[in-house]
Amino acid sequence: MRQYILRRLLIAVPSLLGISLVLFIVLALAPGDPFSELATNPNVPPEVAAALRTKFGLDDPVYLRYLHWLAAMLQGDWGFSFVSRMNVDTLILQRLPATLYVIGSAQLLALTIAIPVGVYAATRPYSIFDQIANTLAFIGFSLPTFFTGLLFILIFSITLDWLPFVYTTDIKATGFRWMIEQVRQAIMPVMVLALFQAASMTRFVRSAMLDVIRLDYVTTARAKGLGQTRVIVKHAMRNAMIPVVTLVALQMPAVFGGAIVTEQIFRIPGIGSLLISSILSNDTPVVMAVTFVFACLVVLFNLIADVLYGWLDPRISLR
Amino acid sequence: MLDTELRTMIDEVKDGRMDRRGFVQRMLAFGLTAPMATQILAIGGVAMAQSPTPYKPTKRGGGGPLKLLWWQGPTLLNPHFATGTKDQDGSRLFYEPLASWDSAGNLNPILAAEIPSIQNGGLTADGKSVTWKLKPGVKWHDGKPFTADDVVFNWEYARDPATSALTIGVYQDITVEKVDDLTVRILFKNPTPFWADAFVAVVGCILPKHLFADYKGAKSREAPNNLKPVGTGPYKFVEFKPGDLVRGEINPDYHMPNRPYFDTIEIKGGGDAVSAARAVIQTGEYDYAWNMQVEDDVLLRLEKGGKGKTVYSTGGDIEFIALNFTDPNTEIDGERSSIKTKHPLLSNPAVRKALALLVDRDAIQKHIYGRAGRTTASFLNGPEQFVSRNTKWEFSIEKATQLLEEAGWKVGADGIREKDGKKLKLLYQTAINGPRQKTQAIVKQACQKAGIDVELKSVVASVFFSSDVANPDTYSKFYADIEMFQIPMTQPDPAQHMRRFHSRFVATKENKWQGRNFPRWVNKEFDAAIDAAEAEVDPVKRAAFYIKANDVMWQDTVVIPVMHRLKVGAATNSLRPVLSGWTNDTDNIQDWYRET
Repeated sequence: MRQYILRRLLIAVPSLLGISLVLFIVLALAPGDPFSELATNPNVPPEVAAALRTKFGLDDPVYLRYLHWLAAMLQGDWGFSFVSRMNVDTLILQRLPATLYVIGSAQLLALTIAIPVGVYAATRPYSIFDQIANTLAFIGFSLPTFFTGLLFILIFSITLDWLPFVYTTDIKATGFRWMIEQVRQAIMPVMVLALFQAASMTRFVRSAMLDVIRLDYVTTARAKGLGQTRVIVKHAMRNAMIPVVTLVALQMPAVFGGAIVTEQIFRIPGIGSLLISSILSNDTPVVMAVTFVFACLVVLFNLIADVLYGWLDPRISLR
Repeated sequence: MLDTELRTMIDEVKDGRMDRRGFVQRMLAFGLTAPMATQILAIGGVAMAQSPTPYKPTKRGGGGPLKLLWWQGPTLLNPHFATGTKDQDGSRLFYEPLASWDSAGNLNPILAAEIPSIQNGGLTADGKSVTWKLKPGVKWHDGKPFTADDVVFNWEYARDPATSALTIGVYQDITVEKVDDLTVRILFKNPTPFWADAFVAVVGCILPKHLFADYKGAKSREAPNNLKPVGTGPYKFVEFKPGDLVRGEINPDYHMPNRPYFDTIEIKGGGDAVSAARAVIQTGEYDYAWNMQVEDDVLLRLEKGGKGKTVYSTGGDIEFIALNFTDPNTEIDGERSSIKTKHPLLSNPAVRKALALLVDRDAIQKHIYGRAGRTTASFLNGPEQFVSRNTKWEFSIEKATQLLEEAGWKVGADGIREKDGKKLKLLYQTAINGPRQKTQAIVKQACQKAGIDVELKSVVASVFFSSDVANPDTYSKFYADIEMFQIPMTQPDPAQHMRRFHSRFVATKENKWQGRNFPRWVNKEFDAAIDAAEAEVDPVKRAAFYIKANDVMWQDTVVIPVMHRLKVGAATNSLRPVLSGWTNDTDNIQDWYRET
């Protein structure tokens, strides 16, 4: 087992290198430059813009810039943002709490809705409950988050005036009031995301359960006289969770990466909005760092999923 | 005719030897319009009028929080590194210049004790120096005194190329010297009529020497105070998260009496303009939102029964269509739109004039800009004393048709006019932006009726406005026949704004298309007017030169002015923001208050 993990980690190194190289080249080839605003600013002489480019190494050949980046990254230096002129890691760390809080709660909520609903629907296929759950799930994942987000704002903020629609990181209150405020401002974004996620996960859990529930060993367990709950929870569910684990594991990077659209709508200062504003202002070091973190997370959670498979179903050999 | 004679006449009016009407009549005889004559009279008097501020609160503080919503939040807080208005706005809460502009384009003192003038000895008649007297007793937020040394240091800091300050253009050609602890003198190499640039408004914000002295030049990025501003401003720094939040609290030692009114201030960033308008106008969750790039219909709808309203400030921003004087389709020495070529269609003045007649500004204002735009026929739209009264736009498809017919452009079988085998087909490019695409459609329709075939092209803004030499779609390369965008006027003085069409700034491959004269228009009369204006210290003559330059541009149809654009903000009903179209939204933040 330990060997397996070690081997997988070693394979991850070249793939991460490859990913970073591709990311870097794509960013270098993208049109526009971080100092485009200077071109239209009559106060800045062209020589200054040119000097800035040289100072930040933008005029070096791409491979040299990549090697610089890689060497710095290996020493833990993530570079600094051209736009804010501060270190990229500080910038990311500032944004991480809001993302983890909002998107993390949304994922948790989505799971707590999806698993029971999906499992229950699978045990009674084509029942009224199943049909209602299915219909809701279809509606849920056909409505994009920007639509439900705006709808929520119109209903709960504008018409009813219950919830604020601008997320703030500096709530003035302290103690219990602070907690209430935190929850209040997160309700809408969390609900928007959770509904969307729960919808697709419910469908997934249901079909995985349906596959397992018809297998012989489940019938055997029932024939042995085990109770329905015990059969479902202990025998069927455990195996049905394998595809669900894949889905959840691959979505974990999204938890860290934020939900770009939702963060924009509710002005959540998360990683997603950092990424989008950095892309718009051509702030390459930030874009590079954020996307590279995503790549690492994808690789890491794939590995975790693989390990979990073995634990969930011992028939899946690690060799 | 604008020489000593005019000056004598103004003096005669001032002394009461000639009455105003007589003056205006004499001017009419010289071919000037009456409003222009009175304008000249007005500015011939004292240099700058100072407007009384409408500030009402009688004590400092007590106003609660002021919540500002910027849909692009400030990303850094050093005014010398600020790339856009968002960064300047954020820095300006904490740092202050010597003076700033009011809505009429006059200077108001901030850290200066008074505005320099010839009368108080601050200005010299040769226009080669300015002496600023500093307000005594001003303290930095950390308690250290503000002195002339700080001002001199800022000049050294910004003009050092290794600092890579974006304000370098303002400081590199001047000399600043300390006269005494509370007096500084700025020396210019040449007579400089627009002397109020260094240390004024957003580019003039002053950093404390004692905190930045070690971080001049190559180490500029390492200064810890780049992220924790310590200024002289009405608010003290509390917290900063780039792109998300800037927070400040009242400065109890602020140097202006009874100011500021608010106890805390914050700028929240992110999101989009429409929802920002909603949060201010409709729900009142925030007090003020900046740069409302929202269709007027939407704003009007939000204002109905809402808690706020839109507020406007007038500057000189101009949305215009530029005509290419060179040929974008012929390559000479590896360069398209080369200055050595002539545009096959647009070099004909009749075609240019016809195009100017085909822009329906009324429709564009009515359907697109609403209250945020004014129709105009001038490239230079402010301040008042520089605005020409001699240009007048007209929309007439018949007149355009007639002009083209007379010039020999006949309608061909396909409905498109042609002459000498050349079809009247134009490529019309602009940056992607809702109002621009709609304007394109309106212009195209009118052109079609007159027999001109217009092909529309739109380029992503980040490419169109970039300095990327490798990209063929930038506005400065201008590989199209006509193009449209907005030039913001960043100062209440027209020098920078008008200079761009001087023939020495033609954009070419040689200067990596950094020249700002992108229509590549060369006109001796215009050049002469600009050169004369830049050396002219007398405000009356100077204004006349710029008016002349503007009129030459109009007669020669270099650009077709479309809309004089106003700055649009949103404020709750009780807030009294003090805004000026000549500077940033937060530049007079110390005067903001709430009506109770």
